[in-house]
Amino acid sequence: MQPNPYLPYPVRIDEITVETEDKNLKTFKFTFLNPGDEEKFAYHPGQFAELSIAGKGEIPIGIASSPTEKGFVKFTVNKVGVVSTALHNMKVGDVMGIRGPLGNWYPWERLEGKNVVIIGGGFAFTTLRSSIIYMLANRQRFGQIHVIYGARTPGMLLYRDELAAWEARDDIHMHITVDGTNDPNWKYNVGFVPTITDQKAPEADADTYAIICGPPIMIKFTQPVLDARGYGHDNIIMSLENRMKCGIGMCSHCNVGQFFVCKDGPVFTLAQLNGMPKEY
Amino acid sequence: MKYIRIDKAQWAQGLAAAEKAYRLFGPVREGAMLNFAALAPGQAPDLDGLNTRMSARSVVYPQSEILFEYTVDPNDPDGNVLKEAPAPAKPAAAVGIRPCDAYSFLLVRRNFDAPDVKDVYWLRNYEATTFIGLACDHPGSTCFCTSAGCGPYSEQGLDVLLQDAGDAYLAKILTDKGAAFLAAAGWFTEAPADSEGCFSAGKEAAEAKITSTVETDRLAEIPQMALYDANFWEDIAFSCINCGTCTYLCPTCWCFDIQDEVRGKHGIRERNWDSCMFPLFTLHGSGHNPRGQKVQRVRQRFMHKLKYYVDKYGDGIQCVGCGRCIQYCPVNIDIRKVCQLMNRFGQDAACKVA
Repeated sequence: MQPNPYLPYPVRIDEITVETEDKNLKTFKFTFLNPGDEEKFAYHPGQFAELSIAGKGEIPIGIASSPTEKGFVKFTVNKVGVVSTALHNMKVGDVMGIRGPLGNWYPWERLEGKNVVIIGGGFAFTTLRSSIIYMLANRQRFGQIHVIYGARTPGMLLYRDELAAWEARDDIHMHITVDGTNDPNWKYNVGFVPTITDQKAPEADADTYAIICGPPIMIKFTQPVLDARGYGHDNIIMSLENRMKCGIGMCSHCNVGQFFVCKDGPVFTLAQLNGMPKEY
Repeated sequence: MKYIRIDKAQWAQGLAAAEKAYRLFGPVREGAMLNFAALAPGQAPDLDGLNTRMSARSVVYPQSEILFEYTVDPNDPDGNVLKEAPAPAKPAAAVGIRPCDAYSFLLVRRNFDAPDVKDVYWLRNYEATTFIGLACDHPGSTCFCTSAGCGPYSEQGLDVLLQDAGDAYLAKILTDKGAAFLAAAGWFTEAPADSEGCFSAGKEAAEAKITSTVETDRLAEIPQMALYDANFWEDIAFSCINCGTCTYLCPTCWCFDIQDEVRGKHGIRERNWDSCMFPLFTLHGSGHNPRGQKVQRVRQRFMHKLKYYVDKYGDGIQCVGCGRCIQYCPVNIDIRKVCQLMNRFGQDAACKVA
C-alpha cells in the first residue's frame, strides 16, 4: 500500500522559545510521538515541512534544526494567520503533527569544498540556521563560510545566543547587521543587508556560492550587489516562498510557470529563476 | 473485440443489478441543468443530453473530499491525531460518461500519479471506477475534441464504449473491468456480427460533424517566457470577471484547497476544489500576492493548460475539447481563440481577440 503523503507524523511540543522582542516569532521544538518517525523524517538543510494542527490546518515552514541535531526538530514561526496564531497559543506538551520533509534543499553536494556566503534577512533565517549548524558540524567539507544576517533591530535577530557563539569562532565569518539601533553597546554593523553585502561579501569566483533567503525587498536589492561583484547566476542560490497547501506538487497553489515551489523548489539558482515567471 | 447488445428494455433492470456491486454515477437532471452525479437507487442516467454541465470529474475527485478525521478532545488518548478517512466500500461506475470526460482523467493522472509521490485518494478512487462511455453521435458546436487528443468515439480511459442503436445500446468491451460491469448488470447478449462496422461508421459520421478545432502544433516550440510576455493577455483578460466558472466546469482542472472543519469535538480535514481565478489562491500571509492582478490569473489558466503542461509532460495540451468553458463563460472568452493566438505567436503581426 502506498504511504499517505497527506498524513502528518504526530509530535509533541517539547519547548517553546520566544525569539524576538515583538514576541511574534517563536521557536517550537518537537519530538515525535511514535518511535521510528524521526528516522522517516530524515531531511536536508533547506527543506520545509507542513506544521499541522487538528481543527486549524497546515502551514509550510522551513526546518530550522539541522539533521546533525538528533532527537528533535525545530521550527521558528512568525504569527501571521489562523494556524500560526493557534500555534503561538499552544503550550509545551500539546500534540500536533508535522508532515514532511518537503521540497528540495540547498545543493550540498555541489557546495562541497566551496566557499559559502549565507545572506539572510529578518525571520527568513530559519533554514539558514539549519545550514550553518550543518556546515559547522561538517566544517572540513567546506571552504570559507561567511554569514551576512540582518534584522530591523537587535531585538529582532533570531537565535541571538547562537549568533554570539558563532561570532566568537574563527572558522566562520559573521557579519551581523541591523537597520538601525539606539543601543550604544551595539558592536556589530548598522545598515541594510545589501549594503553590508557590498562591504563584506568575499570576492566572486567559480568556487564561491551565495545562498540568499529573505524578504522580497532584500532580495531585490541584494541581487544587483552580487551581480556587480561578479557572482555568476549559477552561483546564486535562492529559496522561494509561495502560498502552499499540499506541499507535494498536487494542489497547484504554488506554481511558478511549470514548476512547483513546494516540490521542484523551494531552492532554485538565479540562473533557473531568470527563465521563469516572476510569480513569487 | 467483443460486442454486447443491450436492449433498452433491459437497461433499467441491468443497472438495478449492477447497483448491488457498484456505486453508480451518471448524468442526472438538476433543474434546468444536467449534472454528472451519483444516481439515486433505481434512478436511470439521463442519456438524452449532449453533455453534462459539470464534468464527470467528481466521480474520482469529489468537489469536497474528507481526507482525515480526528477528535480535538484533549482527554482522548488519540486527541488531535489524524486518522485516514475510510474509503468508499463499493467500487464506482460512471455510466454514460462522454469520451472527452473519460480521457480527461488520463491527463489529470499525470499530476496525481507522479513518479515519486502518489495522491492516494485520487488513485484509489480512479482505480475503483469503471468507465462506461457513451459515444457522441450528435456533438455540439463548441466541441473540438478531435483536435484536442480525443474524439466522439475515443476509447481512451474507457472500459466500455456504448453506441446508441435506437432500441438498444451496442457495447464495445475494452477492458476486463468493463466486462465485469456488464456481467454484474447481467448483459450477455452477443451483438450482431456487423457491430464493428456500426462503430466505425458512427465514428466517421460523428467526427465529420465536429468542425471546430484548436491549433496546437507550434505551442511546444515557442519559448515559454516569450508567450508569457506576449502582448495579447490584457486583451484576453479584459472582459473576464474572474468568476471561476471555467475552472469548475473543466474536466482537467485539478487545483484544490485543504481545510479543517470542527463540529463539537469531531473534526475533519477535507480538500475542496479551488480555482486559480481567485486572488486568494496565491495570497501570501504577508499580504504580497504574486498573481494579484486579473490579467495574471487569466494568463495562468491558459498558460497552464496550453504551455506549462505541454512543456512539462511533452504530450499535448491539458484540454480535451469538451467546450464547456466556451459554452458557459459569461463573457464569451473562447479557449480556441486564445489557443490560436498563442499558437500563432510571432506569426501574426497584430494579434487581436476577435
